[in-house]
Amino acid sequence: MARQATVPSKQRPAPRAGTINGAQALVEALRREGVEIIFGVPGGASLPIYDALYDAASLRHVLVRHEQVAVHAAVGYARASGRVGVCTATSGPGATNLVTGIADAIMDSVPIVVVTAQVPRAVIGNDAFQEADVTGITMPITKFNSLVMSAAEIPHAVHQAFYLARTGRPGPVLVDIPRDVLQEACVPEFTDEVSIPGYRPVLDGAPNQIAAAVKALAEAERPVICAGGGVIGSNASPELTALVEATGIPVVLTLMGKGALDELHPRCLGMLGMHGSAYANWAVNDADVLLVVGARLDDRVTGRLKDFAPRARIIHVDVDPAEIGKNKSAHIPIVGDAKRVLAVMVAQARVPQIESWWRQITEWRERYPFRYHQNSNRISAQYACDLLNKVTGGRAVATTDVGQHQMWMAQWYRPREPRHFITSGGLGVMGFGFPAAMGAKFACPDKTVVAVVGDGGFQMTVQDLATAVEHGQSLPIIVLNNGALGMVKQWQSMFYGGRFSSSLLRNPDFARVAEAFGARGIRVERPEQVEGALRAALETEGVPCVVDVICDPDENVLPMIPSGQSVAEMILDE
Amino acid sequence: MSEPHSATISVLVRNAPGVLVRVAGLIRRRGVNIHSLSVGPTEDPSVSRMTIVVDTAPERTELFAKQLRKLVEVLRATAIDGTPSVDRELALIKVNVTPGTRMEIMEIASVFRANVVDLTDRTMTIEVTGRTEKVDAILTLLTRHGIREMARTGQVTLVRGPQNT
Repeated sequence: MARQATVPSKQRPAPRAGTINGAQALVEALRREGVEIIFGVPGGASLPIYDALYDAASLRHVLVRHEQVAVHAAVGYARASGRVGVCTATSGPGATNLVTGIADAIMDSVPIVVVTAQVPRAVIGNDAFQEADVTGITMPITKFNSLVMSAAEIPHAVHQAFYLARTGRPGPVLVDIPRDVLQEACVPEFTDEVSIPGYRPVLDGAPNQIAAAVKALAEAERPVICAGGGVIGSNASPELTALVEATGIPVVLTLMGKGALDELHPRCLGMLGMHGSAYANWAVNDADVLLVVGARLDDRVTGRLKDFAPRARIIHVDVDPAEIGKNKSAHIPIVGDAKRVLAVMVAQARVPQIESWWRQITEWRERYPFRYHQNSNRISAQYACDLLNKVTGGRAVATTDVGQHQMWMAQWYRPREPRHFITSGGLGVMGFGFPAAMGAKFACPDKTVVAVVGDGGFQMTVQDLATAVEHGQSLPIIVLNNGALGMVKQWQSMFYGGRFSSSLLRNPDFARVAEAFGARGIRVERPEQVEGALRAALETEGVPCVVDVICDPDENVLPMIPSGQSVAEMILDE
Repeated sequence: MSEPHSATISVLVRNAPGVLVRVAGLIRRRGVNIHSLSVGPTEDPSVSRMTIVVDTAPERTELFAKQLRKLVEVLRATAIDGTPSVDRELALIKVNVTPGTRMEIMEIASVFRANVVDLTDRTMTIEVTGRTEKVDAILTLLTRHGIREMARTGQVTLVRGPQNT
């Protein structure tokens, strides 16, 4: 990024020898953590940080147009790269605009560090201009947060934040720094030491528990492995793949676990849960042993708890002990890091006798694959997702918002490797997909990154097309436009007698919106145009390309296990 | 007042700003009522002990302890259910007295090994220590004399025997 020549400022007194101010200590601490990019918006309280960034050649700041975009971009960056994402905002409204993204990061266990500026120490608690109790507000949605009350403490606070964010069960950590602390002179002491007496993640699973799990799987007649986001977070895909190939056990994936196993692997049954494949859900329903790895078994996966995997002995592997037994009690609990535990299981693995189990699964698979009907005039959104999968070969990093398009992407997009499907899983954030794709593109500029969004969600963060254009991002944005808040409309259609209360949208022409921002825009209304438009968007260089795909407004996501019900109540056809 | 579904969790925390809010907030957002919460220093001045009595089914208590252990400032969280333990709380009870009732109230206090810590011509303040049931029992007897005000510390607990709580 081009920088103007530094203009000497009368307002910046030269620091005494050996001293720097808190903001400079912050920037140096970030640099020492290997941070290369920060997403943010400046403001009054954070001006000292921006002044320090002006001189920091190795730290790139991406000015976004809304703080929510900064935090979603940091999450996209972290999930695509495995590194810690960083974002910053000023006090008060800047910080409160981050709240949605921080909550998303804790639900999906994403390592990010959030730096917020706070009003000066002397006026904290006085309802000062742009003051908000940010550590109070974010307490339940951060892994840890702190208010730093002296400049000398900044290096340690930052180092601790990165350590906490990326170790154990990853998550967001927030550091709140008053403006006068950012301006305070200090002699910083940078350290690599971390001592947190109350924080000791258990990474190695108990050997006797692992042995019991291996034995249970070897003796199983109908075993299933359920892999979640924890497998991706701990980079355990090679170990998972090795275990599957050593044992032949079928694998189902949670939404967050998509890509943990190559989804074209013959042992992969795809996603389970509310909108998962019928065969994945049937397999779990009939399983006699279920190995759950890095998944927290939330209600969208299990439906009615007592009817989830009712015949199975459950082996539950998680680095967070609080997740084991939270929703479903485990017969063999294993606290540990997925990568380490799976590596030990691979070394001990024995082959179970499951030929007849596979015959049953294959029969289910052939009887009820995902299906859609593409007729000659209205575009099926599923057809568009299926085409995107074919055109990219599942090798692009795909991001989504929440809703119908997210579920269709989950069903039809088959990532071949981990960190290639980035979606707001636990919190289910509209407006997540496009900013997350921007962050992912900054993390992986040489990869194809594509955002797939709904017409409702896109309008929640569309303003940041300006940012993507400014940075020349080659970023296809596929808007599956059905003129509705589609999932809301689907539930109204199925469970509220078709009373479409506030779920129909009158949209702008997204292609022309894109052009107004300086991006490329393509509008697609006919099925035969879809493939060409997707290819054109993927080939567009140096500028985002919005493809407005006008879809059939009446298409529903199926199969569906209605909320709080079980696989027995699965709706397979309209 | 003893709850059929109350459970005790003992928590050792680092003395840091906001710890009390973090612990209380974690319990609150899981939809559980805090029956009592007492905080005080321990043998280590950098560490405080919180004894929390929550209205929850006993089988959920360990899940709460697990969630509490996730807090970075929590050093130890023990669900005390079924473990033999010593439980105590202290109550100060200011009760109405007349020349005619003074002796009777002092007799009640004496039976409960409570101390009279303040006396006026119209009131008496009684300090009673014991298990929650004992405090509830003396309150029942004193109620008909008219309790003007009361302060209770909430329960503190240590596990019996040499093992740590």
